[in-house]
Amino acid sequence: MTDAPLISTSDLSVGFRTGSGFFGKSLLKAVDHVSLDIRKGSFFGLVGESGSGKTTLGRALLKAVPMTGGTARFRDGEVDYDLTTLSGPALKDYRKRAQLIFQDPYAALSPRMTVRDIIAEPLEVMGLTKTREETDTRVRAIAAKCRLNLEHLRRFPHAFSGGQRQRISIARALVSGPKFIVADESVAALDVSIQADVLNLLKELQRDLQITFLFISHDLSVVAHTCDQVAVMYLGRLVESAPTRRLFAAPRHPYTKALFSAIPSLDPDDRGRGQKLTGEIPSPTNQPPGCKFHTRCPHAIARCKTDEPALEHPGDGHEVACHRWRELLDERAA
Amino acid sequence: MTALIEVRNLTIRFRTDEGLVTAVEDVSFTLGKGEVMGLVGESGSGKSVTAKALMSLNARNAVYGEGSRITLHTETGPVEVLKLKTARDLKVVRGGAISMIFQEPMASFAPAITIGKQMVEQLQLHGDMSKARAREISVEMLDRVGISDPARRFDQYAFELSGGMRQRAMIAMALSTKPKLLIADEPTTALDVTIQAQVIDLMKDLVNEFHMGIVFITHDLGVIAQTVDKISVMYLGRLIEEGPVREVIRNPKHPYTQGLIAALPKLDDLDAPLTPVAGDIPSPLERPAGCVFHTRCPKLLGGVCRTALPGDTRVDATHRVACHLYPPGGAA
Repeated sequence: MTDAPLISTSDLSVGFRTGSGFFGKSLLKAVDHVSLDIRKGSFFGLVGESGSGKTTLGRALLKAVPMTGGTARFRDGEVDYDLTTLSGPALKDYRKRAQLIFQDPYAALSPRMTVRDIIAEPLEVMGLTKTREETDTRVRAIAAKCRLNLEHLRRFPHAFSGGQRQRISIARALVSGPKFIVADESVAALDVSIQADVLNLLKELQRDLQITFLFISHDLSVVAHTCDQVAVMYLGRLVESAPTRRLFAAPRHPYTKALFSAIPSLDPDDRGRGQKLTGEIPSPTNQPPGCKFHTRCPHAIARCKTDEPALEHPGDGHEVACHRWRELLDERAA
Repeated sequence: MTALIEVRNLTIRFRTDEGLVTAVEDVSFTLGKGEVMGLVGESGSGKSVTAKALMSLNARNAVYGEGSRITLHTETGPVEVLKLKTARDLKVVRGGAISMIFQEPMASFAPAITIGKQMVEQLQLHGDMSKARAREISVEMLDRVGISDPARRFDQYAFELSGGMRQRAMIAMALSTKPKLLIADEPTTALDVTIQAQVIDLMKDLVNEFHMGIVFITHDLGVIAQTVDKISVMYLGRLIEEGPVREVIRNPKHPYTQGLIAALPKLDDLDAPLTPVAGDIPSPLERPAGCVFHTRCPKLLGGVCRTALPGDTRVDATHRVACHLYPPGGAA
């Protein structure tokens, strides 16, 4: 891992026009002025509840939804792309450098194609290989990396379990030789007993192929075990970002703290402790003014209802957007 | 504790194009009144099929084994659930003594009928009461599960409610007929952690208040640890371990239960490597002979595991395990 960012965004915003309301069309801000750096070779975690904008941010970085503001750059040492204006042949080239692994391995694979054809499809569509032999060689190499054997390649997806299907999806995402992979809830649909297997495979690929991962998940324990850096989103805003250990040891934002305390403990005698968050995430079409979290925050004061806090960079790599984080830090120490 | 429902030697097979597929095999357990039981297992373990059998809800191609019995103890005496055939007879269990809540609340409400109308309908179906009284009870229940402005929500449609709200409304609907047994099939899986915590708290309060038995189906051991009294672990249709929640989580005996707990990423030890249970769950069409877990078992003893089905061994009065590592009669 180096310090150079592979992906670097500044005030990145994504908005959607929603159906015509009573007063005309309204703008839904799914991602709102997000600035972050994803270092080359890192496993970057993105967490938040449904509606926090984490999936939209991942899609925007893959150029699957249009960005509506800010900038985003991709620099892998070979190319330097401005993702906001990327088009034509450069966009085609970017497609092979940035790939997506889906959540549901049952829906992501065509039931009518053999595993070999599923994995080979990106190579053929992008015209990366010239002969069938060349395609086969690449498919086999990547399949072996994902622990799929030759016998597997001849079969159809229905013959495989969830864990094996996810390994097929991973092989397909990897076959074009990408530098950046967005894994959106990629283990959420898997059983616990095989989840660990897929996570270990992703970590292995990060190490062996120097792939940078954006790992989107709502499962904090999984994120804690796999990611180097974690960013927390709430209603489209980045509220906290830190190296994983630092974040889990000493979260600064009240939302992050609440998320952590909501994780059900495996200890049956540890029931019902910690602060519980009341209410639900507000609708993104009707966002509260000031700090977006103030409607559910146990520490909200008058200022939180009017001023939106900026993301602070205290210099220790632990960024947070909260008016009161320093105070709350003192309170705990006292 | 008096028994609420007794399941004996439950075996369920499904007729399919590929022949008879065994989903549940020789499962027996007893749930007491007011007891909360967690049914754990991965996809394909038969936990949902078992739960559906309690209400006789499995599809028409289900074939129950010869000796399978499910006895529900009601105020008017015991009812043999699997002997009930007509829709009229089944009303005693479906929505009467037993209610069920599902993983996806959006799929459980009719989209074009208001929440209130659906609640009133089922109340009138199961109890002799006026519409006005049914409405009163429904609004009261919505209020009880923490839905703000329940009288207004009563007239809304499912799509107008948020995910957490819908799950609360479904719980309200399930509990309004005052069932003796609630079956909750992955009720928090589709929810965010903060909402999940709220729903778990709500369910705990309701257990204390209504004193009903609950069968809680989930693959999330954290949720189980937080909610249930006892755990039953299923693998490929067989019940392989059963015991009080503290016992099973702290002192798991079956290699599968041990593997399941070890595979969980733990927040208090970030350096611990993630250890999957090796291999994949076999297809139900290729059920292994002998112990169903032998193809993935790290503690395989050899021949006996591949050929002989392990019997139940009692670890103590309440904790039992089915594994050859613990011979019957010997100390586990």
